[in-house]
Amino acid sequence: MSDAFARVPALAAQHLLLAMAALALALVIGVPVAIRAARAPRLAGAVLGFASLVQTIPSLALLALFYPALLWIGHGVPALGFLPALLALTLYALLPIARNIVTGLRGLDPAVLEAADGIGMTRAQKLRLVELPLVLPIAMAGVRTAAVWTIGAATLSTTVGQPSLGDLIFAGLQTQAWTLVIAGCVGAAGLALGVDLLLGVAERAAGERRWKRAGAALLLLVAATAAASTPLWRGGGERRVVVGAKNFSEQYILARLIGDRLTRAGYAVTYRDGLGSAVAFGAVAGGEVDVYVDYAGTIWTAEMHRADTPPHAEQLSAIADWVQKSRGVTLLGALGFENAYAFAMRGDDAQRRGIGTLDDLVRVAPQLRFGADLEFLDRPEWAAIRRANPLRFASATPYAPTFMYRALESGRADVISAFSSDGRIAADRLTVLADPRHAIPGYDAIVLVAPAHRKDARFLDALRPLIGRIPVAAMREANYRVDRDRDKQSPEAAARWLAARIGL
Amino acid sequence: MPALSSGPAVAFEQVGKHYGDAAAIDGVSLTIAAGTFVALVGASGSGKSTLLKTVNRLVVPDRGRVLLDARDVADGPAPALRRRIGYVFQDVGLFPHLSVAENIALPLRLAGTPDAAHAMAMLDLVELPRAVATRMPAELSGGQRQRVGVARALVTRPGLLLMDEPFGALDPVTRESLAGAVKRLHDELALTTIMVTHDMAEALLLATRVIVMAAGRVVADEPPAALLAGAGGTAAQALVAVPRAQATRLAALST
Repeated sequence: MSDAFARVPALAAQHLLLAMAALALALVIGVPVAIRAARAPRLAGAVLGFASLVQTIPSLALLALFYPALLWIGHGVPALGFLPALLALTLYALLPIARNIVTGLRGLDPAVLEAADGIGMTRAQKLRLVELPLVLPIAMAGVRTAAVWTIGAATLSTTVGQPSLGDLIFAGLQTQAWTLVIAGCVGAAGLALGVDLLLGVAERAAGERRWKRAGAALLLLVAATAAASTPLWRGGGERRVVVGAKNFSEQYILARLIGDRLTRAGYAVTYRDGLGSAVAFGAVAGGEVDVYVDYAGTIWTAEMHRADTPPHAEQLSAIADWVQKSRGVTLLGALGFENAYAFAMRGDDAQRRGIGTLDDLVRVAPQLRFGADLEFLDRPEWAAIRRANPLRFASATPYAPTFMYRALESGRADVISAFSSDGRIAADRLTVLADPRHAIPGYDAIVLVAPAHRKDARFLDALRPLIGRIPVAAMREANYRVDRDRDKQSPEAAARWLAARIGL
Repeated sequence: MPALSSGPAVAFEQVGKHYGDAAAIDGVSLTIAAGTFVALVGASGSGKSTLLKTVNRLVVPDRGRVLLDARDVADGPAPALRRRIGYVFQDVGLFPHLSVAENIALPLRLAGTPDAAHAMAMLDLVELPRAVATRMPAELSGGQRQRVGVARALVTRPGLLLMDEPFGALDPVTRESLAGAVKRLHDELALTTIMVTHDMAEALLLATRVIVMAAGRVVADEPPAALLAGAGGTAAQALVAVPRAQATRLAALST
């Protein structure tokens, strides 16, 4: 419990910095645009229409969309991390700010505006002395809404590689470590309440024309944000590296295993957890992440767009060539186990129906319900498998990985797209179906290193002992320590256990 | 009150204003001598408010011009013109976020000559207790608000006072009292005053010259006594007939 909450302050600081930066940027853009728009109905329609449209995009998708957009811009613009998160959250914060200012300005008493003109105010004086003071309360209400939304949505920045309290929530959801989820939620809610409270005090004080009090509240907020950004100004001295992890237990464990070795080699290690599959490789190629573990088949199908399934050694050397030539990424080596997509059924069910291979499965598939992980149904592997084996299930439902196993266990699904290194296969006594047509490519776990460390001997030497060292049985057990329901371990503890198990 | 101002003469030359096809003002020419109290009377839509607002450029005419002491109001920036003209209208338009004192002092601030003491003295002039200075507009009665409106309009000592239905929203007692105050200020400050009203009785009692408008044109232009004596034509006489009939009925009741 205390472990989970110990991570809150550092992540909360990053979270606050991101959210406040987005809010500030939204104000810088939104206020002048809204003031102009309030005088031009057509511009107002366009601005508010655009901002409303942005709101209809799910925030997770909005963040994800900035990745390809920034990638397309190129020219060294970082596609991951702070920038895409900042831009997405800024767009999100624009609507409540712009809408409230436009509505507020349009709703001002015409008599007051006539009086302002009548006593000879210039446009600027009218704005400064009359319109802005009168619109301030409703504008502040918009800013408060934007602040709360932004802090909430900032939890999703984890998925584009920007650390936030979402790290805890996503890691906790994946490993069913509810204390992590609670720590992340409580942290985010606390931040939102705190910021809203300060803005509320400023708003009320401004309404009562107690400017010192309003200023003090805003100053406190700025100071808190500035304090949150101090870790960014440090640096120098230590060598800082970032270890990436996708969003499931094995990735968290391997990231900590790698991170522990780099720490011992004298690096200051930070983690980027919960990266989307497509984002992770881009992150290491772009240098936002220094090292992470991927799987041969994922690079093979998703990055290299290959559909054939050559022998493993051949596949690995082809990948090593390709990642080096196309993106400057070093494939340090394979860890020694495979985490392939594997069709799994409840053991007794498979036996009763007489299913041992994908060929057998084709026959009975129309009577079975298929549970897949969130990505699988859209992945090229699934298309390849269906080309080799005409599978038609009664239904196909995507689940988050942990819930996928639950679905199989509870009978809501009869077949799932399991992972061959998953500890729950043995623990739940599942039957993994054979793939006689070799429709599924090899999924050896491979260590990918960012271009900057290509010739960094100290870095590579720290990681080399891991190569070929992790048998699938050891990985399964480490995974199970995190995934099991009782006596759960944290990924850090499982990583330490795994290091001892493989003699490092 | 220091150095009394003397209002400008106002001249309208063939002033016209159209909204779409409809003429709000249809070629009005008038000359108003300095120091006159003019009432512009007419039904709703007669163009009287529009004509008034061409003086301080809240309305810009399509044709013709308006002169203050032979100087075209269109010369120079509008804010500078408006600071030389007091403007009072039915909805008052006090700034709700400013206190009474700040409202009255604001035109002085705009002119770059803030003078809090003078602003306070304006309260005496419009017969308000100085205690209201710190109150917010929302805390005032309708009559008090319009008195503050008049104080704000006159704080920069303009020579010309434009009033657009200034007493329209007030109860009869307040109205009578405020009208008296305005008349007194007009005389004391030697203002040129143009007041728009739809109330002929008010016009007859306050003004030295009553101009009746209908459909964007001037249909009568007489001193009050002449109107009461039957001059000014049918449209004007129809308006005069209303208060006269009321007065007759009231007189009949008391005998």
